[in-house]
Amino acid sequence: MTFTIPIENGNGVKNAEADSQRTLYPYVTGTSVVAIKYKDGILMASDMGGSYGSTLRYKNIERMKAIGKHSLLGASGEISDFQEIMRYLDELILNDNMWDDGNSLGPKEVHNYLTRVMYNRRNKFNPLWNTLVLGGVKNGHKYLGMVSMIGVSFEDNHVATGFGNHLARPILRDEWREDLSFEDGVKLLEKCMRVLLYRDRSAINKLQIANITEECVTVSEPYSLKTFWGFSAFTNPS
Amino acid sequence: MFRNQYDTDVTTWSPTGRLFQVEYAMEAVKQGSAAIGLRSRSHVVLACVNKAQSELSSHQRKIFKVDDHIGVAIAGLTADGRVLSRYMRSESINHSFTYESPLPVGRLVVRLADKAQVCTQRSWKRPYGVGLLVGGLDESGAHLYYNCPSGSYFEYQAFAIGSRSQAAKTYLERRFESFKESSREELINDAILAIRETLQGETLKSSLCTVSVLGVDEPFHFLDQESIQKVIDTFEVVPEEEEDAGEADAAAADGAAAAAPAEQGDQDVAPMEM
Repeated sequence: MTFTIPIENGNGVKNAEADSQRTLYPYVTGTSVVAIKYKDGILMASDMGGSYGSTLRYKNIERMKAIGKHSLLGASGEISDFQEIMRYLDELILNDNMWDDGNSLGPKEVHNYLTRVMYNRRNKFNPLWNTLVLGGVKNGHKYLGMVSMIGVSFEDNHVATGFGNHLARPILRDEWREDLSFEDGVKLLEKCMRVLLYRDRSAINKLQIANITEECVTVSEPYSLKTFWGFSAFTNPS
Repeated sequence: MFRNQYDTDVTTWSPTGRLFQVEYAMEAVKQGSAAIGLRSRSHVVLACVNKAQSELSSHQRKIFKVDDHIGVAIAGLTADGRVLSRYMRSESINHSFTYESPLPVGRLVVRLADKAQVCTQRSWKRPYGVGLLVGGLDESGAHLYYNCPSGSYFEYQAFAIGSRSQAAKTYLERRFESFKESSREELINDAILAIRETLQGETLKSSLCTVSVLGVDEPFHFLDQESIQKVIDTFEVVPEEEEDAGEADAAAADGAAAAAPAEQGDQDVAPMEM
């Protein structure tokens, strides 16, 4: 049987066991996710790193997953919370499929469901420590949105999380256009990811690009970007 | 239907595999005044006869808006109908809030049917005494469902429930094949004509009926008296002659069957049923 001991801290009296049951800090985190709308659907890119504080501990974490037939979810932040969200969504999609009635949850519905979940957790002071990117295509409509750990949610033509907001979005604001082809979209994302690789210390050079169109969802095999370090400042630091 | 020793509890089966209490609940639906529904590929029309307790009172509301894309017409115990409409509105709005997307009609109908089924399997409950014509629009098109007290539901191109609904059904049976491709105006026309069938002789006036429409780019709403009267005016004069001949056949056919019990039923109609 559990009992509670009132503990006084700066925020007033709190229960001892309540504190240990809510997320206070993230431990294993993923860095940026960048996504854009293009002619046929959505392109999303993220690297495969999981940092344990300042250590790049895990190098094979898939941070983008397909949700049902119409959506793609990318997550940055606490990896275990992302896995928890995947469990919620698996159950959601399962129940949706069990209706077996020709209706299916599209990206807009999944995005709103996630917004509700994130916001409600935030209100209980027990957030899921993630920033999520949700993209998809249904009945010809392309959808791309984002939800943060405090429940802030919006849609846009291009989104990014974490450092991506500061490094990638300015590039996208200049260079994104409606009706990008697949190749141009990939090039644009790689440009963003390269900048992130150079400047974000939690980024690793092993990334995946996911593509979702009306027909199918594909997450590419991991690959790395070409980088150039041969600057004289590095070879002859003095 | 006569009394027998297996009809006291809803949880008692008869030897022939029937649940009499559930069947009696379906009788209550037949006592209510008529409600009809029809659908095309893009629109659904629900219409009903306005029946008032007495000349002094106003008529009972039988058609409810559940959401912009779903409406329901009821026949039977209006109190039960009101409660179920509230449930439907609640389900619809909860879905909209979580998913920001309209609830697919088929899913609402299944939840409604499951709710009705519970009442057929608890000894301390009674079945809902109301039949619901649920009309709605979703991704897969326009739909019309009928939910009955037994907990079953069916999808229809057109249907009528309540007293003297057989006359309307006969009319609809003659015309339903064309409904799929009907325009919105044709559908409304057919709905009002079907209502006229249930009145059997009484002159059709816009004050006697309520008509509602919903469709693609058209949220659920009621037609005002003027619009209904305009439609009535277009056919009340000429077609009445051809319709009379048709009506006579139809009346003769179901007159024998429907007239006698219908009259008795009308006299015995409980005040709570509309």
